This record gives sequence, structure tokens and C-alpha cells, in this order.
Amino acid sequence: MIVLDCRGQRCPLPVIALAKRMRDVGIGQVVRVLADDPAAANDVPAWCRMKGQEYLGSPEAEVFEVRKVS
Amino acid sequence: MEHTAVGAGAAYFDAATTAPLHPAAREALLAALQDGWADPDRLYRTARRAAQLRDAARASVAESLGARADEINFTSSGTAAAHSAVLGGLAGRRRAGRVLVHSAIEHSAVLHAARFAQSTGAPKTRSADAGPAGPDETGAIEVGVDRLGRLDLEAWRAAVTARGVALAALISASHEVGTVQPVAAAALACAEAGVPLYVDAAQSIGRAPVPPGWALLTASARKWGGPPGVGLLVVRKGTRWLSPYPSDDLYRPQPQGAVDLPAIVAAAASLRAVLAESAAEAVRLGRLVDRIRETVARTVPDVEVVGDPVERLPHLVTFSCLYVDGEALLHGLDRRGFAVSSGSSCTASTLRPSHVLEAMGVLSHGNVRVSLHRGTTEAEVDRFLAELPGLVAEIRAEAGM
Repeated sequence: MIVLDCRGQRCPLPVIALAKRMRDVGIGQVVRVLADDPAAANDVPAWCRMKGQEYLGSPEAEVFEVRKVS
Repeated sequence: MEHTAVGAGAAYFDAATTAPLHPAAREALLAALQDGWADPDRLYRTARRAAQLRDAARASVAESLGARADEINFTSSGTAAAHSAVLGGLAGRRRAGRVLVHSAIEHSAVLHAARFAQSTGAPKTRSADAGPAGPDETGAIEVGVDRLGRLDLEAWRAAVTARGVALAALISASHEVGTVQPVAAAALACAEAGVPLYVDAAQSIGRAPVPPGWALLTASARKWGGPPGVGLLVVRKGTRWLSPYPSDDLYRPQPQGAVDLPAIVAAAASLRAVLAESAAEAVRLGRLVDRIRETVARTVPDVEVVGDPVERLPHLVTFSCLYVDGEALLHGLDRRGFAVSSGSSCTASTLRPSHVLEAMGVLSHGNVRVSLHRGTTEAEVDRFLAELPGLVAEIRAEAGM
């Protein structure tokens, strides 16, 4: 699993980092985003919906998992 | 330091915060400053003149809203009115319980009043409260919305029938995204459950009709082109509302203190004027909002236009731009002569995203709320639509996107 540490970054930086990282991720691979900005819990799933990627959920606080599907 | 004032050549698109003063309000304000400065509750001629103005303003607002004059109370702001409605509505129903049912998209003034009521608890001074089956529950029940910002009616119906519910609060239409709420259906559910409904109609009054069925209603004059510092609390006959504040010896229970009578006179005059033109303005502004919704979605990549596209306020539209810092967008627009507001966390004092956008599950960063008014022109909207895509692209390029 790819881990993307965005702790300490304010919105929209974690989502920008995720989008950039996802460019070189293979289909089916999972990216785990660590983000403590309060907007991330909302904006990571919203990004997935807008960009057609799969949001796998938040296994724990400030951790969000995304699977590249397209 | 770069500075662009909102004035000649600038487009003011934040009517949902404060609409520019209506000419009818300005005229009435100046007249009432001359004539209505005295305390209307005193027993001399100047006071009687002020009392006449107050009574005329109250009668005018009552007529505008289809209410009775003795149901109308003026407060010092829309926020004060919302606090009064929640706290006074809960206090009046203490025997039924303490639970407040509210939508997830209420104005923060309502949510803060709810939290305040919970933290203090209703004062337990009466022995009748002591029984084990008595109204000792505290807390609130929050009812969610869907992605378009529409109330979950089924959950609402279940919530208002829960034990110990004292009051239900529903915003008439979202102040952040414009989605009109199913007030009539929500009111019916409340009536069946015997729970009074409080409707925060701040964004609707003067813009769109508010269905009947509420027990308490609040509004804010500055949203309809009246002066700031005037709120409205309407308490329907038969509703038990108890002032949550310490009173004084002079008055019956009512919102606290002396009110700004000249501002109230101006608020009443502008409400009347605004209602006379609101049907035509709703059509005109509704078309401009349609144009914004359609054009932004087409010309700005990776944008989410939020809120219900049909069941919405005529003058308000919200969208979120992916990878864009909301504060940078606001400042960029300000430099180009556009005044807008935002629900993004970086623009909020709390550094949290808007609870409304969160409840809807829509993108919260890069958020812009555009709200129009009677002075808004087509040319201003077109200039905004022409400049927005370039500005968004610029901010994204700076972030490497």
C-alpha cells in the first residue's frame, strides 16, 4: 500500500497531493492518505466521487483509503 | 496594499449576508430618525409619536407576513431572534421535554443556541421536573440531508415523535446552498406529533414564500434590504414562548431591551417594498442564477455546483472548485471587483469546513457562494462568468495542478 503523509497540511493541499500521487499509481492499487485537516474527511471522498475513484473509507481517525479504478 | 472597495464598477454578490439598503429603507430610516427616536413606552408626546411608528411598523410587518400584529417581536439582530426562538421555544415546552430536533444544515446561531440550552440544561427549579418519567432528557436530535441539501423527511418524522421532544427547528432554505426545505411536510409531521416548529426564514423572507404551519419564525432585515441590527421573531398565537433572558419591570416578556425603532421602521418599509417586487425579481434573478449554474459547470473544469437545481432560492448559488484554496479564490475575486462569500474552512474563523457542505457530503474547499439582489445586473454576472475560469486556472497552476 502507498502511504501519503499529508499531516499538517491545510485544505486543499492533501487533495492536491492525492491527485498528483494517483497519476503514477496502477489501477487497483490503494493509496492511504494521512491527513489531519478537518476538511479531509469530507473532501477526500468528494474527490473520489468527482474523479471516478473508489473511496474505501476511513479505517481510523485521520486516515483515508482510496483505490485507483480508472 | 492592494485594495478594491465595493463601489462603482464592483459587483456585490453577497446579498445572503447583507443586501444593499433598499431605497425605501433609506427613506424611512431618515424620516424615523427625525421622528421616532424616543422610547415608545413612555408617557409623553414624543414617546407617543414613537409608539405610533412602532405600532405602524409592527402592523405593516404583520400584514407582509400574514401574521397578527401581536405575534410580531423585533430583536436586535437575526442571530438574537434565532437564539430567542430556540431558547424561548424550549423554555415554553419544558414540561414536554428538552430535546430539540433540528436539521443538520441549520444556521450556526441555531446550533449554538441548541448547544447552549444543553450545556446549561433547563434550570431545574420546579419540583414537577423531578419525577423519573419527567422531562429530564437533554440533547438534540440532528436530522440529515441528502447530497442536494434536502431534509431527510422520513428521519424527521421519526425524530419529532421521539420521547421528550420540546421543539423542532428547520431552516426554510439553506443559507449556504439555497436548497428550499420541505417546510409544509415537516410542519405536518410536527403537528401530528404535537411538537411546535421553529422556522428560520432569514434567507426566504422577501425572496420566496414560506409555507404556514410554523409556531415560531425568525428573520433578519438586512437580508431583505432593511438595515442591519433588526431581527424578527414571530410567535404564533397559542405557542408557549418564555423569555430565556432576565426581564425588567417595564415590559411583558419579550426580547430584551430597547429596540432601534428607526431601523425597525425602515425594515418594515423595505419589507413591504421588497415583497411588491419579489415575484418579478425572483424570475429575473432565477434566470441569472441558472446562467451561473450552467456556465460555471461548462467553463470551469473539476467544479461541483451544489444545491438543488430546481427547489432552490432564486438568488443564491454555490459551487466548489477542486484543488482551489477558497481564501485565494475570494481574494482573487475581490481584486477583480467581485464580493462573494465562501463555506471553505480556510475562510472560516473556526478553520473547519462549513457544516452544511459536510452534511451534504460535497466538496468543501474552493467554495464560493454567489447571492444576488435587486441591484445585480446581467452585465455584472457575465463579467463574473468571463473572469472566473481564468482565475481558477491561475490558482490551480500555482498549486501545480
